[in-house]
Amino acid sequence: MTSHTSEATRVNDALDELLAGFRPDKTDPKDFWGDQFDAGLAWVDYPLGDGGLGVSPSHRATVARRLADAGAPTWNRTANVLGIGMGSGVLVAHGTPEQRKRWLRPMFTMDEIWCQLFSEPGAGSDVAGLSTRAVKDGDEWILNGQKVWTTLAHLAKWGMVVTRTDPDQPKHRGMTYFVVDMEADGVDIRPLYQITGEAEFNEVFFDDARVPDAFRIDDVGAGWRVAMTTLMNERVAIGGSTVSRDSGTIGTAIDVWRSTGSDDNATRRELARLWGEMEALRLTTARASQNATAGVPGPEGSTGKLAWADLNKEVTSFTVAMMGLDGATIPEGYTLEATTYDTREVERVMSPQRQFLRARANSIEGGTSEIMRNILGERVLGLAGEPRVDKDLPWKDVPRG
Amino acid sequence: MVDAVSFIRTDEQAMLADTVSEFLAANAELDRVREASLATDAFFPEVWQGLADMGLIGLAIDEQHGGAGYGFCELAVVFEELGAMVTPVPLLSSVLASTAIDAAGTDAQKADLLPGIASGETIATLAVFEQAHDSALSTPATIATPSDLGWVLTGTKRYVTDALSANQIVVSAHSGDGVGLFVVDADADGVTVLPMRSLDATRPLGEIVLDGVPLPHEAYLGGAPNDVAIAAALDAGVVAMASEQVGGARACLAMAVDYANSRYQFGRTIGSFQAVKHMCANMLVAVEHARSVAWHAASTIDDPDESRISVPLAKSVCSDAYVKVAGDNIQVHGGVGFTWEHDAHLYFKRAKSDSLLLGSVDSHRDRLADAIGI
Repeated sequence: MTSHTSEATRVNDALDELLAGFRPDKTDPKDFWGDQFDAGLAWVDYPLGDGGLGVSPSHRATVARRLADAGAPTWNRTANVLGIGMGSGVLVAHGTPEQRKRWLRPMFTMDEIWCQLFSEPGAGSDVAGLSTRAVKDGDEWILNGQKVWTTLAHLAKWGMVVTRTDPDQPKHRGMTYFVVDMEADGVDIRPLYQITGEAEFNEVFFDDARVPDAFRIDDVGAGWRVAMTTLMNERVAIGGSTVSRDSGTIGTAIDVWRSTGSDDNATRRELARLWGEMEALRLTTARASQNATAGVPGPEGSTGKLAWADLNKEVTSFTVAMMGLDGATIPEGYTLEATTYDTREVERVMSPQRQFLRARANSIEGGTSEIMRNILGERVLGLAGEPRVDKDLPWKDVPRG
Repeated sequence: MVDAVSFIRTDEQAMLADTVSEFLAANAELDRVREASLATDAFFPEVWQGLADMGLIGLAIDEQHGGAGYGFCELAVVFEELGAMVTPVPLLSSVLASTAIDAAGTDAQKADLLPGIASGETIATLAVFEQAHDSALSTPATIATPSDLGWVLTGTKRYVTDALSANQIVVSAHSGDGVGLFVVDADADGVTVLPMRSLDATRPLGEIVLDGVPLPHEAYLGGAPNDVAIAAALDAGVVAMASEQVGGARACLAMAVDYANSRYQFGRTIGSFQAVKHMCANMLVAVEHARSVAWHAASTIDDPDESRISVPLAKSVCSDAYVKVAGDNIQVHGGVGFTWEHDAHLYFKRAKSDSLLLGSVDSHRDRLADAIGI
């Protein structure tokens, strides 16, 4: 028996046992998630005791499939995505046994929600230029600064934060990574209202907030390394589930076209062209997923985010144009309100006009299209990088604004 | 089933790609292609023979008729390599003609005609277009008048791919009952083949004047409705061409990146500048998308429901992608990309020509719109 087969047997046996006592209508999700964690099926590739069985990550798909088939609750992965999708990997790769023991289980059961605090008003694409300071004081660190675009901050118990601990070092060497208690004194969370009127994100202000040294992740000065782990896990967490044909904004475009009752062939033809481009993207995502699973990832696995962003802006803009003067109204109006993330996965249906506004962020959030093109050009196509004026200077001497 | 398509090439398909690309690198160098593009009848007979020797001309023709009995995915692999080298061989025309014969011929006609095409001995093409616009394929102006011995054909077919090297032409003509397909020998009485000056000389186009051409009864492909066969032939051509467009786009991207990494201006390689880098990144996205739809079309051509979508989808996406990438390749090269001596223009002309052949991109988008129900 190959090790893959014997691993598969262990995984399936554990799933058999876990699901034996599961009743879709009766079992409390938190209880189930606790049992799932204890059975090593939370992240099956993590070490024993950390919610895993120490097997190959390829078995994650088996777990996902069997849980879905059984109707088991899996929406913790979405509702606590920053923790479960990214933070857990950081703790496993860089955390101490005590830190993993303290944080992993309540993360998985959704007893504690997590957020990620990287971006700052002065550090967006250039996140390594961040300036939030952490200064050692006894066995604590004192944090001062501001983070921005922080999803889930208002619901979170814990935040992963990257700070500047040595301004005299070149930027990549003077950072340290902490887990911060979002309910602590000196941590001030405010909703960040966006052009759609709502606030999906927050600003977080640190005003002499104290963080125990025991909450430091990895070494002083190793912050960038830990941040890279976080961002790599983000790509794995987000990547690769193929959507169905006609779904999302192209589905809305078709609905709007039909509702106009128009027979203008130029519009119809352009809609067909856009549908085709969306379908090309959809098929490429499927191809990337197949290749990744087969262990032969190619460039097609890196183009999706970039292609999606520009295409989605084009499609949503076209949809509003099809609406004629109705496109100049917005049925929901504007209300400045913080998005409430229900504890369940919420299907947020937006009007086409709101989709159009929200799409402007697609080419900015999670890596701007300009940065994505740099990454494709340099890392995939092998083109040379630009001369850098910031990398070797002490951080404090790099121009900011 | 659309979501069951495997995008991963088999080992056999990967080997086929390597074999063809090595063969073309050794026998169909771009210098020779460029030289040949000064003629109106570009054709590399020894390359054609080499492909024939490898059994590749009849790759998708069934074994019963002398072919290798493979599917369109294998054909896609071959077309991608031919597209990457803009090789002047009439394989596309061969696919058009053989598909028409396979769709419309009687068993006897298929047995008579297909083996010659599969072996490469018969260079066949399809002649169904007459006008520059609004090709009413089911009502051609060329007419077939019944005669004692069979038929008499009169009319002019235009924009016929590889007309000058073809020895057999499948011609559409209007008989009393509708459109019919007729197999005509290129050297038959009354047939005159004239060169057209192709924008893309690597795919020569010709005009075929039929002046009272006498044909036997059996020249008419009488096995099945001919208008359906014409559509099937053009679909096969679109799908084969889609992979050819991917190959050409792939070659243009490689050329652009290579140049961007080696051309120095202002003390550094031009690819280190974001404008050039970003253009290359956009080209990469276009190539990857084209690759996905071309393979999807090849994989689903035999699925009547899915191919209604996948064929015009491939035409729409791959045509735009190749034209864009080939144009951007010239832009990345700056002045040298505009010279005759450089290879870039070969691809640029092939890209534009491909986008116009086998039905306009607009007409395919109309088809796609119908197929998706909008």
